[in-house]
This record gives sequence, structure tokens and C-alpha cells, in this order.
Amino acid sequence: MSRRYLARYLVSRYFSSSVSPRPLHVCIVGSGPAGFYTADKLLKAHEGARIDIIDRLPTPFGLVRSGVAPDHPETKIAINQFSRVAQHERCSFYGNVKLGSDLLLSELRDLYHVVVLAYGAESDKDLGIPGETLSGIYSAREFVWWYNGHPDYSSLKPDLTSSDTAVILGQGNVALDVARILLRPTTELASTDIARHALSALEESSIRKVFLVGRRGPVQAALTAKELREVLGIKNMHIRIKETDLSVTPADEEEMKNSRIRKRIYELLSKAAAAAGTSESDPDQRELHFVFFRQPDRFLESNERKGHVSGVNLEKTILESAGSGKQLAVGTGEFEDLNCSLVLKAIGYKSVPINGLPFDHKKGVVPNVRGRVVSQPVEGLSQTERGLYVCGWLKRGPVGIIATNLYCAEETVGSISEDIEEGVFTSSKEGSKGLMQLLEKREVKKVDFSGWEKVDAKEKQMGSERNKPREKLVTWDDLLAAAAAN
Amino acid sequence: MFGHRISRSGSAIVKQLAREGYKSTYGRRNLQRSYGHYLPSLPMVQTRTSQEAFFLKNHRFYTASASTPEEGDEETEKITIIFVDKDGEEIPVKVPIGMSVLEAAHENDIDLEGACEASLACSTCHVIVMDTEYYNKLEEPTDEENDMLDLAFGLTETSRLGCQVIASPELDGVHLAIPSATRNFAVDGFVPKPH
Ligand SMILES: Cc1cc2nc3c(=O)[nH]c(=O)nc-3n(C[C@H](O)[C@H](O)[C@H](O)COP(=O)(O)OP(=O)(O)OC[C@H]3O[C@@H](n4cnc5c(N)ncnc54)[C@H](O)[C@@H]3O)c2cc1C
Ligand SMILES: NC(=O)c1ccc[n+]([C@@H]2O[C@H](COP(=O)([O-])OP(=O)(O)OC[C@H]3O[C@@H](n4cnc5c(N)ncnc54)[C@H](OP(=O)(O)O)[C@@H]3O)[C@@H](O)[C@H]2O)c1
Ligand code: FES
Repeated sequence: MSRRYLARYLVSRYFSSSVSPRPLHVCIVGSGPAGFYTADKLLKAHEGARIDIIDRLPTPFGLVRSGVAPDHPETKIAINQFSRVAQHERCSFYGNVKLGSDLLLSELRDLYHVVVLAYGAESDKDLGIPGETLSGIYSAREFVWWYNGHPDYSSLKPDLTSSDTAVILGQGNVALDVARILLRPTTELASTDIARHALSALEESSIRKVFLVGRRGPVQAALTAKELREVLGIKNMHIRIKETDLSVTPADEEEMKNSRIRKRIYELLSKAAAAAGTSESDPDQRELHFVFFRQPDRFLESNERKGHVSGVNLEKTILESAGSGKQLAVGTGEFEDLNCSLVLKAIGYKSVPINGLPFDHKKGVVPNVRGRVVSQPVEGLSQTERGLYVCGWLKRGPVGIIATNLYCAEETVGSISEDIEEGVFTSSKEGSKGLMQLLEKREVKKVDFSGWEKVDAKEKQMGSERNKPREKLVTWDDLLAAAAAN
Repeated sequence: MFGHRISRSGSAIVKQLAREGYKSTYGRRNLQRSYGHYLPSLPMVQTRTSQEAFFLKNHRFYTASASTPEEGDEETEKITIIFVDKDGEEIPVKVPIGMSVLEAAHENDIDLEGACEASLACSTCHVIVMDTEYYNKLEEPTDEENDMLDLAFGLTETSRLGCQVIASPELDGVHLAIPSATRNFAVDGFVPKPH
């Protein structure tokens, strides 16, 4: 050990033992990036920390497994780091344990000094327009969970064969992900970890044209450059962007001046528009249409198939300044129809409240100050909930990439560390032991990390038979059986 | 100003010890870093081809026992890179020419993430080049690096991705800051301006 490390080691020993002499029992709810980064930072910061990570699924990693697109294997490498955290001697993973039904929040708070909620955003923003419940309309979350083999949605069976056209509402990265999955040649998807049922359905799909509809313009599109470049590179696909949509106002120029990403996206879209060729009469030819300045007004019902969507009525929009350089879409009262048999709403996710937890229903997040949960403010006065913290999409709302959660966790762990130093956690707590007793009493079949490793090994083995990195197990029964296998 | 806290003297272990001793008595922040990532020295390899090695190396994160990072190939030429960590602390390290900044950080127990293991898909290896002259000596970032930088937390005009910056003789003495969510560069008065 070099002198520097020795010094560091001694200092940290001295330091953490002086701050946290007794075990600090921590429960993290949710094993996505926010949960794992919180665990990682807590383990590094506090030698006394004993961490249990619980997740309602038998599988860890949250949206890295069930959200990140199957054709993005590089992104999923983050799982390696998370696995090392899960295998740390002071950290345990318990899957198939759901907060809100298997366990109450009050019970967790009784058992642990620190409870960090990082259970993400498992619902959808609504449009609140007529026809939203017609069949053929899905949220992107449902569609993504379907192709990624999430056990709650593996039997979704989206209708991909009633016409050649799909409309995607929203122009963020999730919209781009689902567009790419619909348009990419299935021969390319076949070598990814896409769920088998989804691959077969996509092989039969008649969808050739996808419309990506945004209520604002190309300068405001929420997507990012890497993902745009990728979709522009799909084989045998033509991009359609109306020239007129690309003209910019002084307010747009200002937005681009202040944001390097906005500027780069706009340039990429302009380049793609200029390069767009004419469609040939190839039957397998795919088209991706970027439709700007349109907001959905209502969904149209099919005459032939009652209860099924046949299109979207869109209202044209213009942008109005909303102060501080931001521009918002407002309707012009001019409407047009866009026919399709499949609609995917990619307008954003939303978190779900849990009994006994302060929740801001308007923003869909848990009210917090730097990760400390605060009770609903009364006349501007709010109190922190002792020992209760939040991280990730549940804390900030459903935006940001995996890396964003790293800094989000740093902030939350910073708050926890301050509270430790201030001596907030003096009472003794049962921690893990109490949790195990409670789960046993309730006959909850928890899946620990070695259970997940069995699932992992089985999936990889099934995948190798099909030239895929893994073949996901997609039902609760299969997952639990594989985890329990000898 | 931020710069004031940073001594420009090279690697002074004595000073480092003094600094840490000081911090421990006044210290508010955790000083304990990663759980024993004392990594064995790796043969130097270019970023692209090093992914597998990187992967293997990372698998030893929790099991590797103490081994100094500087006992590698004596013949390899080395430069000094000064990391400025999340606490504003300066950590000089010797880095063989050709090694990426991300690998150098990991070999020296510096808390820099590399979630995608250098495949340009995460931006967690974001570092800020603190001296404009050094930033200008670097090759321009590629489109792909810029795409990821777009999303980097606390992006500045002299930001780079640690997995893409390769140690070269011109970089000897460069200061690289690791962005922090709990310390604001603007507050510290550090506003880098390239070119
Ligand atoms: C479709 C899609 C694709 C994406 N692709 C990328 C990408 O390519 N690159 C990138 O950097 N970012 C990507 N992101 C963003 C990234 O996935 C998120 O930033 C990140 O996953 C959010 O982390 P989280 O931990 O807050 O939530 P999540 O990852 O959603 O984790 C929440 C966890 O909590 C669990 N949980 C939920 N409810 C309960 C409960 N009641 N009890 C116990 N556990 C519960 C869930 O099972 C889940 O495991 C994508 C997001 C989406 C939606
Ligand atoms: N590869 C990747 O890195 C990757 C992949 C997927 C997701 N992610 C990340 O995950 C996060 C979530 O992505 P997301 O696509 O769900 O969200 P998002 O980026 O916030 O995009 C939401 C889109 O929906 C639109 N929208 C919202 N409400 C609407 C309404 N009422 N009517 C019409 N349009 C509406 C938004 O338009 P306005 O802008 O006008 O509101 C925007 O175009 C993002 O931060 C994203 O970058 C990353
Ligand atoms: S390690 Fe992921 S971009 Fe550098």
C-alpha cells in the first residue's frame, strides 16, 4: 500500500468510526440506477452502513433491464457495476418484495434508520383527450415493457398488423426508441436481447410508416443527438421532414445559442431533411416522418372495428414565449386527421404514490429538499420526514439518463451524511433481521442476488442457443421457478 | 476562487498527508473512498481494444488486494496528471503514455465512474480540463464524444470524456476536475473558457 493510500485508509478508518460507530441500517426501495448508485455511494461513505435493496420484481436493475432498448447493449454494461455493488459484503438484494403490498412504508421506517425510496415512475402521463381508451392506443411504457419482456406486460399483444401506419406522440428519446424498434429490420433485432414474443410479432408487423408527432418545433425536440443519429442510420428507411417546419424564429435562434444540444439536434434534423431521397417502390421500404407543430386533440374511432382507433385528430400549433427563453405550444384552431391503426403515447412517465408517503400529485414526484422527503407544506412551512429520503425518477420526475441518477444519488447521500453527522440516527434498529422475519411471517418468496444469478445464467444459456446475448424469462412463474432452482 | 485552493506543485506526498490530516480534524465530508479498489497494474492498451481488459479488471474491484499502481513497466514513459476530486482535493498520479484518463483514474483509486466501460454510451467519465492551454492541446472531440458530452452533468466548455482522452506527452501536468453534485464550480469561481 503506498503512503498515500495508507494515509487515506487510516484517516477514513478514524473518520468513519468516529462518526458512525454502530451499524447504520439502510433500506433502499427500487434496484434501478438510482437505487444502486445510492447504495454504492453509501457503502463508500459509511463503514457502518448495512444496506438492503428491495425490488418488486425478481430481477434487479430497473429500467436498465426493462427500459433501455435491446439494441443498446453498450448502455446495459452499467449492470456490471451494479452487480459489484449487490455483491458487496454489506449489501443485499431482495427481489419479489413490493413496498405498498408486501410491506408498508411505516414498517420499513420502524426497521431501518434510513429508508431511501428509488422506485421510479411506473405509470404514464395522460393526454386527457377524447378516445384515449380506444384499443390500439398504448403508452410507450407498456410497449417498451412488452418488447423488453417485463413480466407484467409480456402478454400485451399490440396490434401491429391492421395497417401500415403507426403514430407516436411525443419526440423524446423514448419516442425514438419505440420508432426504431418498429422500423429496424427484424434481422438486426434478432441478435439482441429483445423478448422472443416481441421479435415474432415484429416479424409479422405490417407497419412501414411511423409518424413522430411533436407539439413544438425541431429546435425544441426532446431527443438527443446519439439517438437521432442512430435512427437516421436505419437501413432502407427514408426520413421525411417538411422544409417549412425547419425555418427558425429569433426566439429559436436564442434557444440554440443558449443550448449546445438544441443547436446540434436542429443541425442534424436539417441535414437529414436535406438528404432525404424519394421513396422507391420497394415493398419493404420504411418511412419515418417527423411531424412538428401538432398537438393531439382527439382520437378517431374506426367505423369497421368498433372500439378500435383509426387515427388521431391533430391541432396545428404555434410557439409563444413563456418567459426566460422558454417557448410553449398553443393551438391555432386549425385541425387535420392522421390515419393509423396503432398509437403509442410517448409523452412521459409518472410516479405512483404509496400509502403514508407525501406526494405531489401535480408534478408526480415526492416533495423533497436535496433528497430529504418533506411533508406536504402548509403555508410554505414544511418539515423533513426523519430518516426518509428519495432518489432518481421518483425524486426529480421522469427525466434524465442513467448518469443523471449518479449525481442525484450523490446529492441524496450528501443529505444522509449530514444527518448522520448531526446525530439524527441514535435509536437502535433491527434492520435486515427484522425484515427477514416480517417477510417470512407473510410468506413472501424473496429472491436474493444468488436467485437472480440463476435467472441470469439460465437466460444467457437460452440466449446462446439462439445467438442472442440472453433470452429473457418473461413470466412471473418462469422467473420465480428459475430463481428457486437448485 | 477555486484555483487558489489548488497548489500547482507536483506530487508531494508529504503535502498530501498533511492535507488529509487536516481534513480529518475539521472534516465534514466522508474521506473514505472506494472499498479497496487497489488495482493491479495492467499492460497499457488503447481505449478501443482495452474494453475486455477493462471489464476483467473491474471484476476485481472488490477482491483485489493492495498493490501499488506505479510498479508497472519501468520503461514506459509516464506523465503526471493531477486529478481534482469531488472535495476539491488535488491528487497527482503518474500515467503511462497511451493510457486513457479513465483507466488512469481507476488504477489510482480515483472516484471516477465508467458505467459503460469506455463504449461511449454513458458520460459518467466526464472530467473538466482546468487549464485552457491543456484543453487546446487535446485533439477535438469526435461527434460521438460530443453526443455523449451533450448530456454530461455540469458540462463546461472544457469538458471531456475520461475514456476518450489518452495520456500523451503534451498533457504532462494537466489538472482534471471531477464534477460534483454537492460542489458547484460556479460558486467556486471556476469558469473555464477555451480558445
Ligand atoms: C424506455 C426507456 C429507455 C431508456 N433508455 C436509456 C438509455 O439508453 N440510456 C440512458 O442513459 N438512460 C435511458 N433511460 C433513462 C433511465 O432508464 C432512467 O434515468 C433510470 O432508469 C431511472 O432510474 P430509477 O432508479 O429512478 O428508476 P427505475 O430504473 O425505473 O427503477 C425503479 C425500480 O423500482 C422498482 N419498483 C417499482 N415499484 C416498486 C415497489 N412498490 N416496491 C419495490 N420496488 C418497486 C422497479 O421494479 C424498478 O426496478 C431510458 C428510460 C426509458 C423509460
Ligand atoms: N438513449 C437514451 O439515452 C434514452 C432513451 C430513452 C429515454 N431516455 C431518457 O429518459 C427520459 C424520459 O424520456 P421521454 O421520452 O419519456 O420524456 P421526454 O424526453 O420528456 O419527452 C417527452 C415528449 O413528450 C412531449 N409531450 C409531453 N406532454 C405532452 C402533451 N400533453 N401533448 C403532446 N406532447 C407532449 C414532450 O413535448 P414538449 O417538449 O413540448 O413538452 C416531449 O416531446 C428522458 O430524459 C430521456 O432522455 C434516454
Ligand atoms: S465510460 Fe461511458 S462514456 Fe466514458
